[in-house]
Amino acid sequence: MNKTGLIIWREYTTRVRKKSFILMTIIGPILFAALIIVPSWMVQMEDTDIKEIAVVESDVNGQPVPDSLQFFRDVIPNKENIKFVYLNNVQLEDILKAFNATQYDGVLYLPHSLISSGSNATVEFYYRKPPGVGMENHISKSIEDFLFNNKLIVKNISVREIESLKTRINLDRVDWKNWPARKVDVTDAKRGAGYIGGFLIYFFIFMFGAMVMRGVLEEKTSRIVEVIVSSVTPFQLMMGKIIGIGLIGLTQFVAWLILTFSITTFVQQVILTKPATIQTEQVAPPGIMDNGANPEKVITSQDNKAEAAKMFSGIMMQLGQLNFVLIIGAFIFYFLGGFMLYGSLFAAIGAAVDNETDTQQFMLPITIPLILGLFVMFNSFLNPSGRLAVWFSIIPLTSPIVMMARIPFGVPVSQVLASAAALVLTFLGTTWLAAKIYRTGILMYGKKVTYRELWKWIRYRN
Amino acid sequence: MYLFTARDIVKRYSNHLALDKVSINVQESSVFGLLGPNGAGKTTLLRIINQITAPDEGELFFSGRKFKSGDVSSIGYLPEERGLYKKMKVGEQALYLARLKGLSRDEAMKKLKYWFTKFEIQAWWNKKVEELSKGMQQKVQFVTTILHQPRLLIFDEPFSGFDPINTNLLKNEIIELVKNGATVIFSTHDMGSVEELCDNITLINQSRTLLEGNMKEIKMSYRSNMFEIGFEGNETPVLAKLDKNCEVLAHVEDGSHHRIKIKAGEKISGNDLLGMVISCAPVTSFNEVIPTMNEIFIRVVNAQNQNTKTQKT
Repeated sequence: MNKTGLIIWREYTTRVRKKSFILMTIIGPILFAALIIVPSWMVQMEDTDIKEIAVVESDVNGQPVPDSLQFFRDVIPNKENIKFVYLNNVQLEDILKAFNATQYDGVLYLPHSLISSGSNATVEFYYRKPPGVGMENHISKSIEDFLFNNKLIVKNISVREIESLKTRINLDRVDWKNWPARKVDVTDAKRGAGYIGGFLIYFFIFMFGAMVMRGVLEEKTSRIVEVIVSSVTPFQLMMGKIIGIGLIGLTQFVAWLILTFSITTFVQQVILTKPATIQTEQVAPPGIMDNGANPEKVITSQDNKAEAAKMFSGIMMQLGQLNFVLIIGAFIFYFLGGFMLYGSLFAAIGAAVDNETDTQQFMLPITIPLILGLFVMFNSFLNPSGRLAVWFSIIPLTSPIVMMARIPFGVPVSQVLASAAALVLTFLGTTWLAAKIYRTGILMYGKKVTYRELWKWIRYRN
Repeated sequence: MYLFTARDIVKRYSNHLALDKVSINVQESSVFGLLGPNGAGKTTLLRIINQITAPDEGELFFSGRKFKSGDVSSIGYLPEERGLYKKMKVGEQALYLARLKGLSRDEAMKKLKYWFTKFEIQAWWNKKVEELSKGMQQKVQFVTTILHQPRLLIFDEPFSGFDPINTNLLKNEIIELVKNGATVIFSTHDMGSVEELCDNITLINQSRTLLEGNMKEIKMSYRSNMFEIGFEGNETPVLAKLDKNCEVLAHVEDGSHHRIKIKAGEKISGNDLLGMVISCAPVTSFNEVIPTMNEIFIRVVNAQNQNTKTQKT
């Protein structure tokens, strides 16, 4: 084995046996799923404390209304964390004056004039603490629905009749390239694959880049580095470390892929065995993706299960249409390319400083393009072949992330080639640059390193 | 024959000159001392020899021909700033370092077994480095340095961190290695061990060679006709008998026993001096005082530093 090979081997084997790596490999997919699910779950459970809202009615003259004449009673259904209390014979001004003495969190004022309002009306809501978006929507939606139904009754039109007049439209996307065959459109799956791919690259570059940096720093602070560089060149040591850790990243990715595939297969085979007919169908009749709920249909738990099974198989069918070879191939290329590019910069930072706290000042220029890439990736889902997405998928600092988001949608070969070439050239450049900083930095102790100092190191002949 | 030669090495850093035309010649199968105060440029020179940094000017020769990058596998380097991977197991690590020097796995294994047995450290094989004491780590480090039987060994302060017993063990090991044909470049501030081990030395100060040559010859050249005489009885007749060109530098009295240190005049030999004393008192000892490396080091370095200071002002 040559020396670089030996270094790669050490970097790889010492890390692949670590408990933290094995643990991360097993729970990684779960964590990753949680990363996507938890934020939306958090939004749903925004407030846990129960809010009590007083509802005050007045007649058309603004006078308080007794119980018997209350028109809006129970119009707004209670929610888990919002309770509506309908007061009778209460003047709005009185309750507002005594607001502090009451237990209410807000007062909703509903004058009877609302009933005869046109297409726009305003309702006053007095709050102690500003209401959340969820509460606002709930209140206005409930009142809207009530007023709408009320108007229908006044006009003697049945609710069912109205509902039957409505037609929900689901856009059935057909990729023209497949026409006249009608394959199931997989835009959602493409978005999902692009999102996961791009995000994973962002995540991997950061995680394994930081690993490179800590590895270099470890060698420097434990002072073994001088022993090692008397056997190998600093460049061999740096490249060995970057490649070894890159392979760790790939191992993790492949392990996750296998794990995810096994889990989904398991779920498909064992838990959702029923809708076998839909699963096998490759060419679906139009409307199969229609999961618009029929409002008159009573949803039972059995239906729910079937619905879930149908949705799952729908997702699986969409996924089955994706070009996984292309996506995984692109992932491996862009991960390695991006990682080599950023990994060498991380290595240079590790070599330049004496301890981890000093790394912060040099991290910023690396962090900014990565985060920029992430934002452009989100944007590129709106328009995968837009000018912004195209350029940022060619510019090498952001291309690994942005291109991954575009790849599932199909990217012109010329753009892929340009992007790949730019990436390879740039990582050769950054590696060369980083090696110069690295070579000087690893043997430099106790010196406050500035950008100017780094520039000096780059210009050293040897 | 010289195993290693560095000729007119110049190394510049942006704001100072680390080495200014420094040359060294290292004889095969000998111990060469590279001496100098802190910051003189020793570590830079050692790094250049190890190909860690390249010189701006000058040439290196190994075994009579120009130095090739592959020659580093014929070098064992124990740097002053040394360490091991703390989380890695001792045996695994020693194996790794040996293979980086070009040994095959089996060969390295065989040699490690031999040295671990010799140093009685077999029990550490599966321990993590961080579990060992500093002295233990140094021992492991020493083994990894010499394992591949390099022709040239470079030790930078090899005894720092060792207790006297282990220091002795190491010294004997170094002497043994040289006996078996190895060549050693030895850099230290401990002049005692320099006198014990070195055949030739080069002393550098302020980036330049200040003194070089055979250590014994250097010491002889720095002697200044100084003698120490021990005798019994009364000192008055002895002192009276001394030539006026002799200067008594020190006089130690221990009961009836006396020891005096004398700087003799230029034309007075040891025999002349002994003749003067022997007629007045029973002489118990007579030595020429030869300066220690420590004294020579301090004298020449201080002299040069004084010189540059006066030049600057």
